[in-house]
Amino acid sequence: MNLAFRDVRHNLFRFLLTCLGLGLLMTVVLAMMGIYNGLVADALNIVKAPQADLWVVEAGTQGPFAEASNIPGDTRDAVARLHGVAQAGSITYQTIEAPFEGGALRLYVIGYERGRLGGPQTIAQGRGLQASHFELVADAKTGLTPGDTLMLGRNRFTVVGLVRDTMNSGGDPAVFLTLADAQVLQTQLAPPAARVQAARGGSVNDGATVAAVIARLDPSVDAQSVAHTVRQWKHLSALTQAEQEDILIRSVVDKARKQIGLFLGILLTVSAVVIALIIYTMTMEKLKQIATLKLIGAPDRVIIGLIVQQSVALGVVGLTLGLALIMAVKDYFPRRVMLEPVNALALTGIILVVCVLASGLGVRAALKVDPATALGG
Amino acid sequence: MLHDSRRVIVDIKGVAKHYGDGEARVDALRNLDLTVHAGEVVALLGPSGSGKTTLLNIIGCIIDPSKGQVSLDGEMVYDNRWLRGDLRRLRLDKVGFIFQAHNLLPFLNATDNVALVLQLAGKTAAEAQARAQELLEYLEVGHRARAMPALLSGGEAQRVAIARALANGPRIILADEPTAALDSKRAGIVMDLLRKLAAEQDACIIAVTHDEKILDRFDRLFHLRDGRLEDDEGERT
Repeated sequence: MNLAFRDVRHNLFRFLLTCLGLGLLMTVVLAMMGIYNGLVADALNIVKAPQADLWVVEAGTQGPFAEASNIPGDTRDAVARLHGVAQAGSITYQTIEAPFEGGALRLYVIGYERGRLGGPQTIAQGRGLQASHFELVADAKTGLTPGDTLMLGRNRFTVVGLVRDTMNSGGDPAVFLTLADAQVLQTQLAPPAARVQAARGGSVNDGATVAAVIARLDPSVDAQSVAHTVRQWKHLSALTQAEQEDILIRSVVDKARKQIGLFLGILLTVSAVVIALIIYTMTMEKLKQIATLKLIGAPDRVIIGLIVQQSVALGVVGLTLGLALIMAVKDYFPRRVMLEPVNALALTGIILVVCVLASGLGVRAALKVDPATALGG
Repeated sequence: MLHDSRRVIVDIKGVAKHYGDGEARVDALRNLDLTVHAGEVVALLGPSGSGKTTLLNIIGCIIDPSKGQVSLDGEMVYDNRWLRGDLRRLRLDKVGFIFQAHNLLPFLNATDNVALVLQLAGKTAAEAQARAQELLEYLEVGHRARAMPALLSGGEAQRVAIARALANGPRIILADEPTAALDSKRAGIVMDLLRKLAAEQDACIIAVTHDEKILDRFDRLFHLRDGRLEDDEGERT
């Protein structure tokens, strides 16, 4: 006879209500995990999307994702001529705000040369860029649909296709333009102060620069040796794909990872305290019943089983509700919430440990109950 | 003494129990002797704090006496041989408890409340269910076997509690105010039932009570005053 199950069944509504509360807490924990995964995945997606082996950037910088990088627009030709380079393409990145339907869309603009590296890999809806100007392919998170038009700088662009899961580490969804349009946009969006400086003879972005040149190498070529060759040009630097990803993780994502990790730790601690309090309260309410059980001869293991099993059931049902809830709402989050099976498994393990530890407080109280309290005084 | 020729079930000699030490010392029981035979139904009477519950707890293997000897159904308890788990097992096998407020577990139905004790003693679920049903029928509450305690009347709940106390065929039934929650008619019925059980099961029943309406149903009355026991003729034991 499973006493824990019978007790839960007897107080089913209350148990489910408690599980719902715990489930909401688990939803937050899972959401944080998913947001973190999404953050890393989004950041890496942008770097991985061009399927490049080498990133040629401005000397002394760590690439376009960590800091500003400007290199001459004709660098691509020079890189393409290097031994072992199979393909090369120029690319620009910038974040802008564009008015759309009475609001403002924050967009991560990627400019690339049609027919070369750097464009979207898979078009989820519509088509890729075909015209030289004023077309764009947008990430579905922008809310744009094929056929929509919007003003970028002084020009109106038409959405011709959609991609998925392409955004920067800040969560801004990407739009792909031709390199020429993106370069014009960089000039048009320069603040008036920059133009004033230009009028005074200062330097200005004339639109002929790009953020980086990406290259795909022949399979037999060592990326480090090509990178070494590029670094010999004093105004350029080169990073392999692995180095670029590493820089992105360390410089861009690392703080967010620590922040979210700390928040996760606090949430799990709060969950442990909440579970411990719930179990302790449930046990305190049953002290007379526990005293009766002891008096009629129930061994300690029966009483410990009653408490620990209820605690674990609470955790498992709460976690299941949390999982169901996060799966139902994750697509409504403005940022990608990406949950892997390993996350659910890890959290299940953590919650099981937390439940067993949390039930210790209740078990301690139960074992201290004097069976004599079941009798009158 | 009507039952002296019958088997002794509870035999207490020179039992004392005190709490605290020095000026804070409280003597709950002082050199107390008590013998109860199979089939006897005895009452423990006395004002609050006189030591009734302490005595019940010692007989029920819940607390140790400070000194003296206690024999339950021929077994000397509270000597060095007994561990806590052994006392629990002894309580499970030889002692049944009937409480003032029935103390049925609210999340088990009537049958399961009785069957639980049998399963704790090692019976299989099927055996326990069958024996529980049999006991409930015997106590005329078989028709309420599937009812949860909250849906039982006071008399029905007390009968289920009695069935639970009898489940393992105990030699000693300890009852704490068994009729306090019942009206006088039901109290009389429960006492008659306890008398019948004592006779049929060859067990003894020791009840703490304040209920004067049922005193005539006991074979012997013991008054506890300041930790000392006097029988119904005022003789100090």
